[in-house]
Amino acid sequence: MASRGGTARFADRNFPLLLVAPAILILLLVGVFPLAYLVVASFQGITMTDNDKSFQGLVNYIQLFHDPRLWTSLLHTVLFTAIALPLELLLGLALAQLFLDKMPGRSVFVGLLVLPVVVSPIVAGATWSLLLDNRFGPVNQILGWVFGREMPLLWTINPELVYPAIILAEVWQWTPFMFILLLAALASVDRSQMEAAAIDGAGYWRTFFRIVLPAIWPVMAVAVLIRGLDLFRIFDVVWALTQGGPGMRTETISIFTYIKGFQQFEISYTAAVAFLVILLLSGLVMAALRRVELSR
Amino acid sequence: MRGPARRQVRQGLRLMLATAVTLVFLFPIYWLFMISLKTADEIYAYPPRWFPAQLQFGNYAVLFRDGDALTVWNSLVVAGVSTVLAMLLGTLCAYSIARFRTGGDRLSDWILSQRMIPPIAVVFPIFLLYVWLGLVDSFLGVILLYTAFNLPYVIWMMRGYIQDIPKALEESALVDGCTRWEVIWKVVLPMARAGMLATAIFTFVFAWNDFLFALVLTRTEVTTYTVQVTHYFGGQSNFWSKISAMSVLGTLPIFIAVGFMQRYLVRGISLGAVKG
Repeated sequence: MASRGGTARFADRNFPLLLVAPAILILLLVGVFPLAYLVVASFQGITMTDNDKSFQGLVNYIQLFHDPRLWTSLLHTVLFTAIALPLELLLGLALAQLFLDKMPGRSVFVGLLVLPVVVSPIVAGATWSLLLDNRFGPVNQILGWVFGREMPLLWTINPELVYPAIILAEVWQWTPFMFILLLAALASVDRSQMEAAAIDGAGYWRTFFRIVLPAIWPVMAVAVLIRGLDLFRIFDVVWALTQGGPGMRTETISIFTYIKGFQQFEISYTAAVAFLVILLLSGLVMAALRRVELSR
Repeated sequence: MRGPARRQVRQGLRLMLATAVTLVFLFPIYWLFMISLKTADEIYAYPPRWFPAQLQFGNYAVLFRDGDALTVWNSLVVAGVSTVLAMLLGTLCAYSIARFRTGGDRLSDWILSQRMIPPIAVVFPIFLLYVWLGLVDSFLGVILLYTAFNLPYVIWMMRGYIQDIPKALEESALVDGCTRWEVIWKVVLPMARAGMLATAIFTFVFAWNDFLFALVLTRTEVTTYTVQVTHYFGGQSNFWSKISAMSVLGTLPIFIAVGFMQRYLVRGISLGAVKG
């Protein structure tokens, strides 16, 4: 009897661990094991032609610092993020304000507006390449109507237009994401506080900055975090529109890593790049997660 | 009398602005769907035509005739199986974390951070591992990766949904003589059904919409619809009819699925930050 009771308690204590074990095992298998391999490979000298598995020291890591293409791609990534993220946030906020109060057909509008978010990013990119085609796309056609003359703009080739093109596609797809999150946040702001402020003579902007913004801040921070991290790994839209071109003009860190690893097969160097990216991002994520409230 | 009239004008302007904005955001989707219904002559007409002369589904027929539509089936298999696996393992893990605080905040944070690492950095060593194991271009390999990639999301979301369920129900079931497994099966899962369905649909959408993993890990056997779309790109001769028809085949099911999930959309895409 005593031993049976002991087994039951033992089973009870291990039950929680038993439940998490399979999931954690898979996460370790796919998360940690490759990371370990990445570190090992980054100290070797494997390329497409040379399967050199001897210890090479920090050669690949030193090469990181002498590779302008890497840092340029990192700069492009930061540039995309720095332009698209505020645009999406401000546009999303403006849209949320527009749809905040009751209006006929409001739920239909909102339901339709979120559709871009669930479109596959590669499909979104393909769609925009059709829209932006210099001859058969409607964008140049509409610009032609506006300016009263033909506008055969080469959106995906002209170095001055590739950034606007990619950012346009990106902002189109993800502004609704910001919109729907901020709409939910705005809807839960305490109306009586806003009315009290209005009675006290506070203007629109003053009320917004003193009452509304602090109230929606937690949700806004999460939305910015999610979108910021997504933008840092931007790949699909760029791939569909320019493949990083013209030249390397729109090459982001993800595209750079893909080309190095899967087209040029510089295995060990790519391992070092991937490790650098993981280090950069892990630091960022950890710092950011401590600052936002993700439904604790 | 001036007050109400002014409010009506304001309301009317708001409605017009709302309609205009919605039309602008829907236009790209309209254009994609419309091109898939055009004939080649209409697609390559200059200036571009905004409506096909008549509805015809020839572009879709070509995809089914040539077998290209099979890639949609591949997407369904890898996204479907990986969703079931991730939901099964993830929900159990989430239950343990929600009820027993297994691993504390550290484990939760680690799981969430797993979701945020850039896929390209993860998939590179996975690819090398798969080459070694012979898993490149296999259903097993792709399903395994999607399962692992979606697990953090499932765990995180289901943890939130399970926390919403009152604990007292489980305690009384235990007192009534249910085993721990029976409590999960008979009490927790039925209570969490709506949350599970919503989480499963978003998990499915993430896998279904993925491009990068499929691009790296598939060749010819497991090509998904997203990779197939990019096969039609290329220099001078983009097959617009195929790009658009294939894209619609991949997009329409998602629109329908998400249409049913409207109520859970905000919570689903905000990683639970907005309960909605």
